[in-house]
Amino acid sequence: MNKNTILYAGLIIFGLAGAFIFPAYKLQLSFLYILIVLAMTWDVQGGQMGYNTFGNILFFGIGMYICSSVQIGMFFDLAEWTYAGGEKTFVHTVPQFFQGFTVGLILAGIVPTLIAGIIGYGILGLRGHYFAICTLALGIAAGEIAGGIELIGAGQGMTVPVWPKDFGSNELSSEFFYYLSFGLAVVTFIVLKWAYSTRFGLVLNAIRDNEDKAESMGIYTMRYKIIGWMVSAFFVGLAGGLMGHINGYIEPTEIAFAGPTFGVFMVLMAILGGKGTLWGPLIGAVIFHLFKEGFWTYFLGWQYVALGVLIVVIVVYFPEGLMGWIREKYPEKFGEVIDEADRKAQVELK
Amino acid sequence: MDFLIFQAPMLMVQATMDGLIIGTIFALVAYGMALQWGVMNIINIAQGELVIMGGYVGYGLYVLGIHPAFGVVLAPFIMYCVGWGLYKLVINKVVDRDLFISILATFGISILSQQLMNFAFGADVVVANSNFGTLMLFDNSVTLPKSKLFSAGVCIISAIILVIYMKKSKLGRAIRATAQNARAAKILGVDTEKVYAATFGINAALCGIAGACVAMTFTLHPYTGLPYTVRSFMIVIIAGLGNLPAVAVSGMGLGVFEEWSDYLLGTEFRIAAVFSLLVIILVWRRFKLARKREYLK
Repeated sequence: MNKNTILYAGLIIFGLAGAFIFPAYKLQLSFLYILIVLAMTWDVQGGQMGYNTFGNILFFGIGMYICSSVQIGMFFDLAEWTYAGGEKTFVHTVPQFFQGFTVGLILAGIVPTLIAGIIGYGILGLRGHYFAICTLALGIAAGEIAGGIELIGAGQGMTVPVWPKDFGSNELSSEFFYYLSFGLAVVTFIVLKWAYSTRFGLVLNAIRDNEDKAESMGIYTMRYKIIGWMVSAFFVGLAGGLMGHINGYIEPTEIAFAGPTFGVFMVLMAILGGKGTLWGPLIGAVIFHLFKEGFWTYFLGWQYVALGVLIVVIVVYFPEGLMGWIREKYPEKFGEVIDEADRKAQVELK
Repeated sequence: MDFLIFQAPMLMVQATMDGLIIGTIFALVAYGMALQWGVMNIINIAQGELVIMGGYVGYGLYVLGIHPAFGVVLAPFIMYCVGWGLYKLVINKVVDRDLFISILATFGISILSQQLMNFAFGADVVVANSNFGTLMLFDNSVTLPKSKLFSAGVCIISAIILVIYMKKSKLGRAIRATAQNARAAKILGVDTEKVYAATFGINAALCGIAGACVAMTFTLHPYTGLPYTVRSFMIVIIAGLGNLPAVAVSGMGLGVFEEWSDYLLGTEFRIAAVFSLLVIILVWRRFKLARKREYLK
């Protein structure tokens, strides 16, 4: 117990102080926390429930658009804003910015949750690869449809409300979003850690292991599947709202509903770290972010080639991920008890 | 939604004919996807990229001054080698594993190839002009480029050749045997490794032919591969594995649907309509099966 508290304390201190230890990397770290949220929420479907989804990006984009649209729409005419397209003729005052942002962020969490609840009954009835490809199509279709709606900027996207000038230091905006995204990551971790330790987590694992048996044991699998998706949608929506502001610009197919980038990153990070475990997606997100930044810095131009190679290598050679590999080597740490006779028998076989 | 359909019914005839023709191209790609899904149990997300690669073969011929119609003959050979190489490098490690692993691995290959094609051919939207001329029907209100007719003919002939090959040749019988029961085929002396490689190569060759047709009739761009994959997946799940006439009919139906949505909803929603149709079909299928207490496996 002591080691764990030291670990958690260390991580929280790193997070809180990170803005000041690495001032040049604030944006990168905020981005990392967003990736952590994405990976952990993917794992609720992918690792714990066995429903590999490419579609959580749908909630990311919806959250992004709603947060900014509400923040703009509360004080200005949204159509005029997107029509102006970057010529900043509209500026929020300080109270306007924060009021709009709060309402926008809350809605960015709630609306995706409601959407997940509504479409969950249809979509979560699919199994296996049909679910995967259906959610992939869902994410990309949402991106294409958003690229056709004039109100939110169509294909050109929309600029996010600008941080009010002369409010605090220059760095305050990036620090603000840094702490918000760190807070979101911490809250997500705590909520999921608690959820996995309750009956909810056991039901999710039961659905992964054999859904039909779970049904026949009397578990209302559809209910739990939908609840799981709603939880993921909530956090991913919030992450999307934050990401819109961190990025400064929303573009439908590249940033908001970026299926082939963020949508696949979610899956990759969780697999890299070890899907189905609590820490796996977190570690996977960190390692993946380091790789990605390394690729973008040193392989610029070839970064997507390197990314594709990384995907293939991870999927083919390390499908169990880092935590899975550790689990193989040290099963005791995960609470698995190996019978002495079995262990000796295993050693002899080798 | 406009009522153009009543004011200018000829537009709908145009859309239908365009749709039927483009549908044959989709059906060919779908046949390749059904082939490898049935035989090797993998879903190839890089199918669209293989199509675009075949298209670039045709475009390369055009740039060199040769008529791009020869791309239809050259592309399958080159793409067969590419497919065979891809199999030996990556796919043979994901064949006997979970289907999702194959989806992810081929996704990685697709991202890779998109970027490589971007380097090799640039990010411009290109077309390989075939200068076949245009047919005018119905008092010049319906235009039918002869290149489209040519593409449709090529795809139909390729499909027929493939069906005959699968029925009569030794490799075709070996492929069908492996699809039915891989273990039994192995016991009876079929080299399943070679069969898998050949199947993937044939799939790539089919995509190459389709791509060469696409180069002549539509446009090529390195990043427009994914819609082809989704269309072929849609056709396969509607038609079911192993049912070639259904693949042809669904392909043409999808083509017609796409052209109609292009006219009615606008071109910016064309891709959205295709992807949304997939979602709608899957959800509708799920509710229909749920009544029988089954699910799509």
